[in-house]
Amino acid sequence: MELHKLTIHESHELLKKKEISSEELTKALFERIKNVDDKIKAYITLDEERALLKSREVDKKGDFSNPLTGIPAAIKDNICTKDLKTTCSSKILANFIPPYDATVSARLKTGDVVFLGKTNMDEFAMGSSTENSAFFATRNPWDTSRVPGGSSGGSAAAVAADECIFAIGSDTGGSIRQPAGYCGVVGMKPTYGRVSRFGLVAYASSLDQIGPITKDVTDCALVLNAIAGHDKLDSTSADIPVPDYTESLKPDVTGMKIGIPKEYMGEGIDAEIREAVLEAAKIFEKMGASFEEISLPHTEYALWAYYIIAPAEASSNLARYDGIRYGVRAKDYDDLIDLYKKTRSEGFGAEVKRRIMLGTYALSSGYYDAYYLKAQKVRTLVKRDFDEAFKKYDFILVPIAPTIAFKIGENTDDPLKMYMNDVCTIPVNMAGLPGISLPCGFSQGMPIGLQIIGKPFDEPTILRAAYAFEQATDFHKNKPGI
Amino acid sequence: MRITKETVEHVANLARLYLSEEEKAEMTEKLNSILDYMEKLNELDTSQVQPTAHVIPIKNVFREDRIWESLPLKETLKNAPDRDENFFRVPRIIEE
Repeated sequence: MELHKLTIHESHELLKKKEISSEELTKALFERIKNVDDKIKAYITLDEERALLKSREVDKKGDFSNPLTGIPAAIKDNICTKDLKTTCSSKILANFIPPYDATVSARLKTGDVVFLGKTNMDEFAMGSSTENSAFFATRNPWDTSRVPGGSSGGSAAAVAADECIFAIGSDTGGSIRQPAGYCGVVGMKPTYGRVSRFGLVAYASSLDQIGPITKDVTDCALVLNAIAGHDKLDSTSADIPVPDYTESLKPDVTGMKIGIPKEYMGEGIDAEIREAVLEAAKIFEKMGASFEEISLPHTEYALWAYYIIAPAEASSNLARYDGIRYGVRAKDYDDLIDLYKKTRSEGFGAEVKRRIMLGTYALSSGYYDAYYLKAQKVRTLVKRDFDEAFKKYDFILVPIAPTIAFKIGENTDDPLKMYMNDVCTIPVNMAGLPGISLPCGFSQGMPIGLQIIGKPFDEPTILRAAYAFEQATDFHKNKPGI
Repeated sequence: MRITKETVEHVANLARLYLSEEEKAEMTEKLNSILDYMEKLNELDTSQVQPTAHVIPIKNVFREDRIWESLPLKETLKNAPDRDENFFRVPRIIEE
């Protein structure tokens, strides 16, 4: 048996029956990482010694009643893990060892999850290809000449290449769903506030959300069960009850109404991808649901508003990197201001500087009302579009991206494609909605991602729809030939 | 109104960044793109629209004012690039 190929629920069954031990499983994963990670480069830091220690401790306890107990996982490198380096793939945090756990890390540890290591990402989660890491680019396991997507590209690639059983990512404008789509795995951005952001290195606080990247929909529900819920340490986390998400895993969409917004299906989307999404809609129809074309008229504006809001919040969040309390400090400096400026200029990569500059300008004196406030008002209109649609439809079906994963170093010169690349995911963050990505086809041997968008806190419906689709199709059974 | 190199230098100072001449030229172009986004957004009349500060309905969050354990000093200072006993060391800012 190739243990590294197991899902969470398969591993759990075997652990419970004592047919395998967590130590065997953990060792199998490190073996797999040794065999393939020089090609994929999903991990930035490995924690083998402590992982093995943890797995032995879990085996000794022998209590596998929690479905995540003893399961080896990878964590995106912008989520704090106590005593384990957390760099955000930035030179400015290259030596940062958090003295505390993010709430998500702490909750997984309470469930005795085994942490294998930290995964590569675009620096400070800014980018959509994991080429923006200050250290190295991650590669797509389906074709190593292509990107895995971003910014959780390391996490998605690790799951797709069976270098972990599941992974955790973060999503500000599509950073879980898009790499999951490019790598042919399942990725979910929960409703804003569903999962605590305490200990997540902040990019754009009103948009960021942590979520699971898994091999199938069942695993996605299991991880969400473990990490969702109110947290006193994050005052924006929602204080409402958390359902058992595994209860929504029924292959039944009878009577459900699906909206397919025309703004996501037009020019700029590859024909094969549009076709795959329509095929998916027909599969839902066969299972008793119905679909029709709808319109979300402010979709385009969501994107322009995002380009104001995200950098504005980033510039404010990244002000804390000053070389005083943590991180790397520049060597020679004249005075305090010079220390700040040298540290930040040497520590931040080009994309991060760009966004800090855009944001600082948008928030600078005299421009706040004209820019940030205006963008937040447009955000209200984007949210209203969705509210209207959800009065009539149970969920919305769209592509995850206009193309399959592109080649590393290939700068997309088609501005329409670049624009569409973001427009498939960003409005979901702007409205704070939950969205799940799962495989729905292949083009040139590369996975195509389907996105299901739900009402606020209605993760159960999108999980159910995703589960029904997965049961009716075989796309998730394909594995990259790595 | 287009953004000039002087504006970029002012913003870089606010953002505590040094920019090379090349970067300044690039940033001038990028900052001008913000004006393009704004042009798009200004197509919409939002005079009667409330801004969304928080996407999900949320009440004011209060907590009890009680003493709780904070990170130990040693842990807090562990990541400091330069320290002197229990202090972060920074360049002198007050003239003698």
